[in-house]
Amino acid sequence: MNKHLRSILVALCFCVPLVANAAIEAHEFDSPEQEELFRELTRELRCPKCQNNNISDSNAGLAQDLREKTYQMVKSGSDKQQVLDYMVARYGNFVRYDPPLTPAVLTLWLAPIGIIFIGGFTVWRLARRKKSAQPELDSQEQQRLAELLKQTEQKK
Amino acid sequence: MNKRAMYFLLPLIAFLFMAVFLYRGLYSDATELESVLIGKPVPQFTLQDIYQQDKQHDAAIFKGQPLLLNVWATWCPTCRAEHTFLNSLAAQGVKIVGLNYKDDRSKAIKWLEQLGNPYQVNLYDGKGLLALDLGVYGAPETYFIDSQGVIRYRHVGDVNARNWQETLGPIFSGLE
Repeated sequence: MNKHLRSILVALCFCVPLVANAAIEAHEFDSPEQEELFRELTRELRCPKCQNNNISDSNAGLAQDLREKTYQMVKSGSDKQQVLDYMVARYGNFVRYDPPLTPAVLTLWLAPIGIIFIGGFTVWRLARRKKSAQPELDSQEQQRLAELLKQTEQKK
Repeated sequence: MNKRAMYFLLPLIAFLFMAVFLYRGLYSDATELESVLIGKPVPQFTLQDIYQQDKQHDAAIFKGQPLLLNVWATWCPTCRAEHTFLNSLAAQGVKIVGLNYKDDRSKAIKWLEQLGNPYQVNLYDGKGLLALDLGVYGAPETYFIDSQGVIRYRHVGDVNARNWQETLGPIFSGLE
């Protein structure tokens, strides 16, 4: 292969575009803490329109609006809880990727453990019953068993 | 009930419960979200009339009679699809308030002139302020508001003859 061509190919390999995950918007913050809070919130808030995207990843109009609102609130000094409360009051807990522990959420977490527990208990019960259900031979039956064994031995 | 019947019935009941639950999940629309504003009054707002910039409306327009609040925009194809049906609803005497959402005012006025105006009041929400407070996540959305100005139901997607007859109409006539 031509030496030049090879070096061009190698150069091309480095041109793989680096796909940025977050939408690019210029936001100015008063402090690095505010910026960090903004990043954290836009990662934790879920876009109601384009599900399975957080509002940082999504470029839907609604996600842009919510980003902008988050920015304004953070910039004007709101803390994390205030922003989350604001969003939840409008879009419900759906809007959070880290929802609070409601009874429904608790059920979702505990139901599988409960089902495994019930299954385990049932297996244990069945196993115990089988063991205890093995009939003991009374003395008469034992005698008969011994006779039968003797007979088969004599036949050999 | 004897023990044997219990051992038979319990798993059967559990199975039926799961089957019904999962079957319902099969046909539920995951993109349809329950509004958190059900049972709450329409949020406070001050918005311009779409035709006259100096005319302002506030939440008082929702008091007095049950009505629909329809969120629409010219950039939304489904809104166009439902517009004809909204016209016929308005002709039947259903009161509808229109909320023009993140749209261009002149385009919106042109739309109303061309396709007809089913709305009693036309709110212009160019920045989506009221829409954000309502938790609107896509147009069209239709809110069912009772005479006290309390939101009773939200429908996401177009209102058409079929869903009006099946579900939405009865909900609307049930509003007080």
